[in-house]
Amino acid sequence: MTEQQPAVALEGIVKRFGAVTAVHAMDISIEEGAFVTLLGPSGCGKTTTLRMIAGLLSPSQGDIRIKGRSVTATPIHKRNLGLVFQNYALFPHKTIFDNVAFGLKYRDVGRREITDRVQKALDLVQLPGVGDRHPAQLSGGQQQRIALARAIVIEPDVLLLDEPLSALDANLREDMRVELKRIQEQLGITTIFVTHDQSEALAMSDKVVVMRSGHVEQVGAPEDVYVNPASAFVARFLGNANLIPATVKGRDGDHVIAEVAGVGSVPVPALRAAKLQPGDAAALVVRAERLQLVEQPGDVPEGMIARKATVTAVDYQGQAARYFIDFCGHSIQALNPIGTAPLRAGARVTAVLDSNHCVLVPPEKHP
Amino acid sequence: MDGRASAMRPWLLLSPALATVTLLLVVPVMFILVYSFWLRTATGADTSGFHLDNWIEVLTDPFYRDILFKTLRIALVTTLFCIVLGYVPAYFIAMSRTGNKTLLLLLLILPFWISYIIRTMSWINILGASGGLNSLLLTLGIISEPMRLLYNEGSVILGLVHFLLPFMVLNVYVSLEAIDRNLLDAARSLGASDLQAFREVTLPLSMPGLAAGALLCFVLSAGTYITPVVLGGPRDAMFANLVFDAIITQLDWPLGSALSIVLLVVLGSVVLVYNRLVGVGQIAKSFG
Ligand SMILES: Nc1ncnc2c1ncn2[C@@H]1O[C@H](COP(=O)(O)OP(=O)(O)OP(=O)(O)O)[C@@H](O)[C@H]1O
Ligand SMILES: [Mg+2]
Repeated sequence: MTEQQPAVALEGIVKRFGAVTAVHAMDISIEEGAFVTLLGPSGCGKTTTLRMIAGLLSPSQGDIRIKGRSVTATPIHKRNLGLVFQNYALFPHKTIFDNVAFGLKYRDVGRREITDRVQKALDLVQLPGVGDRHPAQLSGGQQQRIALARAIVIEPDVLLLDEPLSALDANLREDMRVELKRIQEQLGITTIFVTHDQSEALAMSDKVVVMRSGHVEQVGAPEDVYVNPASAFVARFLGNANLIPATVKGRDGDHVIAEVAGVGSVPVPALRAAKLQPGDAAALVVRAERLQLVEQPGDVPEGMIARKATVTAVDYQGQAARYFIDFCGHSIQALNPIGTAPLRAGARVTAVLDSNHCVLVPPEKHP
Repeated sequence: MDGRASAMRPWLLLSPALATVTLLLVVPVMFILVYSFWLRTATGADTSGFHLDNWIEVLTDPFYRDILFKTLRIALVTTLFCIVLGYVPAYFIAMSRTGNKTLLLLLLILPFWISYIIRTMSWINILGASGGLNSLLLTLGIISEPMRLLYNEGSVILGLVHFLLPFMVLNVYVSLEAIDRNLLDAARSLGASDLQAFREVTLPLSMPGLAAGALLCFVLSAGTYITPVVLGGPRDAMFANLVFDAIITQLDWPLGSALSIVLLVVLGSVVLVYNRLVGVGQIAKSFG
């Protein structure tokens, strides 16, 4: 029975700050060993959620369970969690060794074993020789590795990271991303990672929780939320998506037919049409990289939708280009690899669309 | 620009400050130093020259040595009280909400708007024979005749602590305020209780402020002469009172000069030792 227990479960968690509700009735269940990302724009309640799991904030309502045990009333220092902060939060007055050894002092660990475990943790983050230094003598990336070593050396039940990479510069961030994932897999430690960077979330997670103003918008594997966004918000937040207003016309076998002004009927796989009913207003999600621009209209494959389009602007990105096009009266974007030369603004092209890769979501609500 | 000119630049830029410091600090101290080698004759006139008489008297007479030691002892006790009594409110202010913080800091600074002498004298109304405390206890019948609470070393220390506490609170507050709250959260998440996190993180990181506050309290109380005059008895003179006596009462400027140089050297050494251990820069922070 304990086998099936999720490592972390949030049950109806609500957090209010006075009149502000930062988190609304949140339910999440996280399996043992999973790498879960809380993803969402600034102010959506990611940090608040993480701090409630950590025990730094107590929920206004609901229950938090770690390995099946309710910890809502457990003070932070008895929860056995590893916490990593955006600004590293290393103790500036202690050596690296003492920083990493800090948590072991409060556990029943002998002096010899402390030395061994600290050394092992420093090896794991590939900084074996820095034990005698002070945090100020390390670079930002190194400090964040030490912060990670300090959090994992206590063998926590869950590792909680709040935007741990966002203080690092771009190149280092990508290295650390790989590094962090390697360590997490090696230790098999349940990890909750907070970020507002969608590429981090997609690259690292087993499961992404997309949040929006205190609500969970969608939960799923990275591919799942990317390919099958459940809402216009998720589609926009992850990657480069065009949202074209549409109306649901009807059903045709396992396809839902959407009517798009200027384009005509677009059959979308029923699985990707949410729970929309005929007659509903909807938004057709077209990924920019799924919209192909060709100069010769001759070679349009069977079953594709091809329409005339005009390139209005070009955003050259080296290996690819982002084209702003006028597509049957809709201003949308297409992201295409560059063949011999990028298209020029003003070019008349044919835009080819595989409707099997389109998604229908409820339309965006404009407040 | 050649090398010498560019080496001169910082000094040129500093020159207004250097001129001010020289004019207002170095020159007067030099005058005092020169004066200390003059001699006051029986007729009351000072004879210039190089006489060691004052110095021999100051450095060999146990009277001066005893008062110097007593002064340092009072300064030390005052400082210890300020450390213990100042840390708690500083911690309280640093941990309170931003809105309340401004108010609390304002309340802390408020007494500075009232003259230090008035503040010191206010204790006479509280502790005097017919002061508030004695009246209250007499009325309540707890004592049958007024207690002698004033004009002893205790009341001098009380007055000094009252005067210096805000300096300590401000210094400690500044260093507490600079501590990243995430450090405490990190310590707590690693298994430290509130108290352990305080001991391992907050206390050591507030040490520079505590040390700076302690230095200020020590130096200011060792150099005081008003508090012993107002709140001390005839036998509670501190070292600065000797200087006052020599110069104002006995009109013996050369002796007073020698005495004040002694105090300057002793307190200067304390600052130097402190600078070795902590660094004097910390003090500037609480005023910055
Ligand atoms: N202590 C607090 N008092 C009042 N409101 C708060 C408090 N902490 C957070 N909030 C509010 O709760 C909401 C969620 O904040 P939170 O810090 O969880 O956002 P976040 O998703 O982590 O954002 P970011 O990406 O900017 O870190 C915000 O609207 C914020 O203003
Ligand atoms: Mg945050």
